[in-house]
Parts: sequence; structure tokens; C-alpha cells
Amino acid sequence: MLVNRKLILAHFWFAFAVFGLALCLGAWQMFVRSPLYTWISNPEWYYRSLTAHGTVMGYVFPTLVAMGFGYAITESALQQRLVGVRWAWAGFWLIVIGAIMAMVPVALGRASVLYTFYPPLIGSPFYYIGVVLVVVGSWIWVALMSVNLRVWRRAHPGEPVPLAMFANVAGSYLWAWTAVGAALELLLQIIPVALGLKTTIDAGLARVFFSWTLHAIVYFWLIPSYIAYYVIVPRAIGGRLYSDTMARLAFILFLVVAMPIGIHHTFADPEVGAGFKFIHSAFTALVAVPTLLTVFTICASVEIAARLRGGRGALGWIRALPWQNPIMLAVAFSFVMLGFGGAGGLINMSYQLDTTIHNTQWITGHFHLIFGGAIVIMYFAIAYDLWPHLTGRALPNLALVRTQLWLWFIGMIVTTFPWHWVGILGMPRRMAYYDYSNPAIAPEALSVSLSAVGALILLASGLLFLFILIRSHAQGATEAGAYRFSMPVHPVRSVPLALNSFAIWVALMIGLTVTNYGYPILTLATRHDTSVPAVYVGAH
Amino acid sequence: MSTRELFTFRNSYFSVAVGLAAGLFVLTAVAGFVVLPRLQPELKYADLWDAFCSAAGLPRRSVSSGEIPKSAHRSSEAVLTSMTLAHPSQESIGRGATLAQRCAICHGPTGISRADSPNLAGQYAAVIYKELLDFRSGARTNAVMSPFAANLSDREITDVAAYYSYLPRLPAFHPVEQHPKPRVVIYGAPMRGIAPCGSCHGSLDNKTGSPWLEGQSEAYLKAQLQAFASGQRTNDISQQMRNVARGLTPQEIDEAAAYYASQPPEIIKATD
Repeated sequence: MLVNRKLILAHFWFAFAVFGLALCLGAWQMFVRSPLYTWISNPEWYYRSLTAHGTVMGYVFPTLVAMGFGYAITESALQQRLVGVRWAWAGFWLIVIGAIMAMVPVALGRASVLYTFYPPLIGSPFYYIGVVLVVVGSWIWVALMSVNLRVWRRAHPGEPVPLAMFANVAGSYLWAWTAVGAALELLLQIIPVALGLKTTIDAGLARVFFSWTLHAIVYFWLIPSYIAYYVIVPRAIGGRLYSDTMARLAFILFLVVAMPIGIHHTFADPEVGAGFKFIHSAFTALVAVPTLLTVFTICASVEIAARLRGGRGALGWIRALPWQNPIMLAVAFSFVMLGFGGAGGLINMSYQLDTTIHNTQWITGHFHLIFGGAIVIMYFAIAYDLWPHLTGRALPNLALVRTQLWLWFIGMIVTTFPWHWVGILGMPRRMAYYDYSNPAIAPEALSVSLSAVGALILLASGLLFLFILIRSHAQGATEAGAYRFSMPVHPVRSVPLALNSFAIWVALMIGLTVTNYGYPILTLATRHDTSVPAVYVGAH
Repeated sequence: MSTRELFTFRNSYFSVAVGLAAGLFVLTAVAGFVVLPRLQPELKYADLWDAFCSAAGLPRRSVSSGEIPKSAHRSSEAVLTSMTLAHPSQESIGRGATLAQRCAICHGPTGISRADSPNLAGQYAAVIYKELLDFRSGARTNAVMSPFAANLSDREITDVAAYYSYLPRLPAFHPVEQHPKPRVVIYGAPMRGIAPCGSCHGSLDNKTGSPWLEGQSEAYLKAQLQAFASGQRTNDISQQMRNVARGLTPQEIDEAAAYYASQPPEIIKATD
């Protein structure tokens, strides 16, 4: 039962609109720093665009998708009207205002600091305050998810929380806690300097705070996609979910181990001790566990669907899958990209192997493959799956939808594989300009050009996605029926209390944050000799 | 359901989860703080505690040399922010005008030099302030400038800086025809880690403490780049200019100096 469709549509539409704009910027960046173009002669324009692209794609777009999907799950999985609709709208408008407030100074060139902030670079305070508003808006959503679950529990004492809602609330708690790192960095360190109250900043401490957010935020982006794997894919292809318990375990593991691992982003930083880097490296290896659990469970669920459709043999069942179904196509593409991206991630998390690719184009290639590829293609799938229920109109043309997904998959592979490759060759990242006539970098020219072609394919696919969604609003009205989620093979009658609640897992998440982050943060915060003068960007 | 039921070691989920998390933390901590440092003899830890502190990230004194080696030269002690001397008073500018009489013989009566010294008219106050401080402290030395700066008080330095920054920017004494922008000014040399000149010295962006260079003497600019490259001049904070200059080819030095010397100062971005 989807009652507040306007609210959900507003979240999705604002998310996809800003996604479309940021995608254009991304493609432009790929093009102008490739050998296909002679160079814009002003790095400021490049960094301005890069800041806008990262801020929108990292903070605004996935947060709104998670929120919109979260509201849809609340109403359809719990079978109850959303409690706190006014608050939900307030959260939405905070994000809209925050996004605009952040983007205006970026567009004016007053905040070209990149979305990861990079202190001691300091831009306009409006940029940071805008980002804070986006986070505060999303925290309203976190609170609403918790409140709605509580209301449902009161009406259904002792019953198992539907898997979709359980996962959704796990994701919201993860976000609530992981956003604290960047919030502390912004409120205690960056904003006072941006407002001119201080002129120095402890850049090392700021980077440690940001690493608190930087890795778990990826899992927050990822959770809607994982929810879709578990609760949309088996239903959409006519199968059953292999194991409800395995799914709960996967989300619990994300909640616990996504947090205490962020220092692997600062392997090359001198302000963190090697011992803590090693601990974080080892804990990072653990996040492979929920992903491997998921890959196993979803492959098993998909096999169930294939065998129900008459698939035979050890691998012959793969042919029996409904490949015409966009959701089937999306999950297959997503898994391929997740496989390659995950393998790359194992290199990034290894304290030693990381040294070969740290700060190279490999890293940018990696997170575009994981986030832009594996995760975002499932956002498309979620939108395609939900749209008829939200608009009351069918999608215009499934062949067009399949084309869009194929283009995104091909585009992402063509973009990111050469991107990884030039990273291995040592091409540094975060640079506006590369002189390809220089013998040291000339061998990378072909790969970078290929990447730029991939970016144009992605742009075409992204615009096609928006076109499909817009067109569907003009279709004739149809009754899509109730929005429901996949059923497990064995109906869930009762679930152990530990797997039906969050108290233990939230406590562990916070506890591990304290053990793994407490000492590095405390020592840096209490030292007085670690601040450096701020470097104001675009300050006149 | 109650928290008491959940948070007890009788609850197997709780005991297994806490046990695994704590066990893993202890195991990785022992490996990271004790075992791995011992396996790296080249790191030369005094004892176990020393290795432990290092792994925790506590700064420590190197074992081999107790004393920090004294640098052969003085470093700049100037502290600048983007607000340094941003709004000087009229009195300060007036006092500076009187003091600047003695600078005129080299830097020109209007702040435009005829002697290959820097043009100071309209230069950023923070820049003049920093250079005078450095000449006074000995971080920068020059046979002519050092004696002038030696006896200046803090207030006199501030006043002179305020005065010259107040003067209008005038065309350089020997303007020549326009040169095309050299690559190093606009693009830098990313593969050698060289940022474009313009990213600090105007035309792309201006960073605090960096002078604008348009219309300055070609001979002066070239001499300073060479002095940075050879390590003769050392008052750049964090070796910013030395790192750049060392990586420049002699041809790039020539091109950058000739380019900036030929630019009219009117094109400087209004950054103040």
C-alpha cells in the first residue's frame, strides 16, 4: 500500500534530476582532461565542475534515493501509512534547500574544494552549511524510519519485522552514525574557519574524521541496492528468496563492520599510526563477508527461479532465466561490476598493495565501477520496478529499458577498465590537466581516450533513463496492483530476537568505532602543534 | 522483548558477536602493535614500548640521532592569513610614505623600479610585510636589502607594506610586446609535480603571500627562480618555491620570467 506517492516521487525525481545534471558534468570532465580535447586552459573550471559532480553524486543523489525507497518500503512492507508525513516533507525540503545553497557558491567558483573537502582548503561557508542541511534532512528520515518501525512493533508485538524494513532501518542507522564523522569535521573544524572565526585547521584530524564517514557512506549508498537484490529481484523474476536469515545477517554485518574501517583511506597519511592502519585493514577484509553472503543467497534465489521455469543441469538453468526482464538484466550487470569492483577493493584495503595504487586513477576507476556501476544500475532497477506503482502508469517500452541498462553496463566497463589500467601505470588522480606529449604519460593517452568514450556512452544511457521516466508519466493509466516484496522459500514464522532488533548491533557498531577510532582522534584532538594555516579558495 | 534478554552472555548471538569482535580486535592489535613492528628490524625501535608508541601514532624522537640537526639557514617566521594587513589605517599609510623615502633609490619614487629591483606600487601588503620580516630575521639575505631591514620595527614594516599596497599600479618601465602564455604559467608540469605559476601568482588564482608578478623586471624574476633552484634563497614557506624552481628547466625559467615581465599590471585580477 503506497499512500504517500507524491512524497516518494518527489524524492526520486529530485534525485534523478540532479543526477542528470551531475552526469553531464562528469562526462564533460572526462572529455576535457582526455587527449581528445586541447584543454580548457583554466584548472579552476575543472575543479569547480568536479566539486559539483562529487557533491551531487555523493551526498544528494544516493541519499534521496535511499530516503524515497525507504518511505516506499515503510508503507508497502509494514502495510501502514507513513507516520510523520509532515516531517518527511520537511526533511525533503531541507535537502533541496541545502543542495541549492551548496551548489550556488560552487557554481560561482567560491568552493572548489572537491566533495571530500580537503582541508586546509577552505571555501565559502554556504557550501558547507548546505551540505550540513542535506545531512540534517536525511537524519529526519532516519528518525522517521525508527518511529515507523516502533509504531508497527506496538501493533504487531513479537512478529518478525519484514525483511525489507529490517534492512532499510539497518541502513538508516548506519547512515546516522557514519554521517557523524563528517558532521564533526564540518561543525567543529571547517565551518569555524570558513566563517573566519579561526585561521588555522588541523588537517590531519579533519581527514581522520572524514574517513569515519567516507567508507561507511559507500555502504549506505549500497544498501538500497542490496535491499533490491533480496526483496525485489526474486519476486520480479518469479522466484523465491533462498534465505531470510542470511539476508538479515548480511545487513547486520554491514551495520557492524562498515564503520570501524575508514582509516584505510588514510594509509598514506602520517598522522595515523601504522598499528591502527593495520587494524582497520584487517577489519576492512570483513566487509567482504556480507557481500559474499549476498552473492551466494541471490545466486541461489535466481537458480530457484530458473528451475521453477524448467531450467536443468549444473549451469544449464542460466539459460532458462527471464533475460527479457529488465530486473534480471540489471542484477546480472550489477553482479559482474560488483565482482570486478570488489576484487579491486581487496587491493585498496591491503596495507601493502595499496601503496602501488594510492592516489592514482585506479581509485577513481574503482569507486566509479562500484558506485556508478554496481549500485546505480540497481537504483535504475528500483525506479523501473516502483514507477508503475507510483505513477499508476506502465513503463513505455521494455526494449528501451533494456537498451538503457545495456548502455549503462557497457559504458561503465569502457569507462572504468582503462581508468584502472592507467592507475596501475601510475597516472595520478585529482589533476585537471595532463600533458600527453610528455613521454612519461604518453602511453596512457589511448586508455584515457577510451575512458572518455565510455563516459559519453554513460551520458547517453543516463539521458535515456530520464527520458523513459518522463515518458512513463504520459502513458495511459493502468492498475499496477499492490507493491509487494519477494517471499522466502521457507515462510518466516519467528525470528530470534537478536535478528529482529538492532540494539546489539548498534552497540557493537559504536563500540568498534570507539576502539578503532577513539585513540587516533583523541591524540590528534589534544595536540596543539598539528594545525596549519587555512588556504582559502576563491577568497577575494 | 527487553534489552536485558539481549545483552546477556546467555544469548548466543550476543556472546558470539561480542566474542568475535573483541577477539578480532585483540588479535589485530597484537599483530599491528607488537608482531609487525618486530618483524621490521630496519625501523630500529629502542624497545617494545617504543615500537608500541610508534604503531599507535605517537611522534617519537629518532633513536639514531638525539638532536634535531640544525638547519644551515634560517626559515621564515612570518605568519600570514588572507586578512593580514587587509585594511590598513590612513595614519599607517602616511607613516609608510615617509619611511618609503629611503626605498625610492632602488624601488623608484613611484614604486616603479628603474634598477631591476621589484616594482612595489600596488603589491599586496602581506607580500611586502613578509619579505621585510624575512630580510630582518635573516631568512632572506641581500647585500642591499638586509642592512635596510635590520633596524626596522614591526610597526615600520607594517607601515611600509601598507603604503606600497596603497599606491596605484603603474605600467612597468620597459614594457615590451606581448608574449604568448608559456605552458608552465598556465598548465604547470603535472608529471613533475609543478603547479602552474598562475595558480598562486594571479591570472588563475591568488594565494596569500604570493606576489603578483606582472611587469616585474625580467632579470629579477629570473635571478629569484635561479636562487630558489640552487637553494641560495630559502625563505619560501614549506619549500613551495624551491620545489617548483628545482623542477623547472632553464628554458622554462626564461619563458616564465620573460612572460611576466611583459605583462601590463592592469590585467591583475582585482583580488584585494
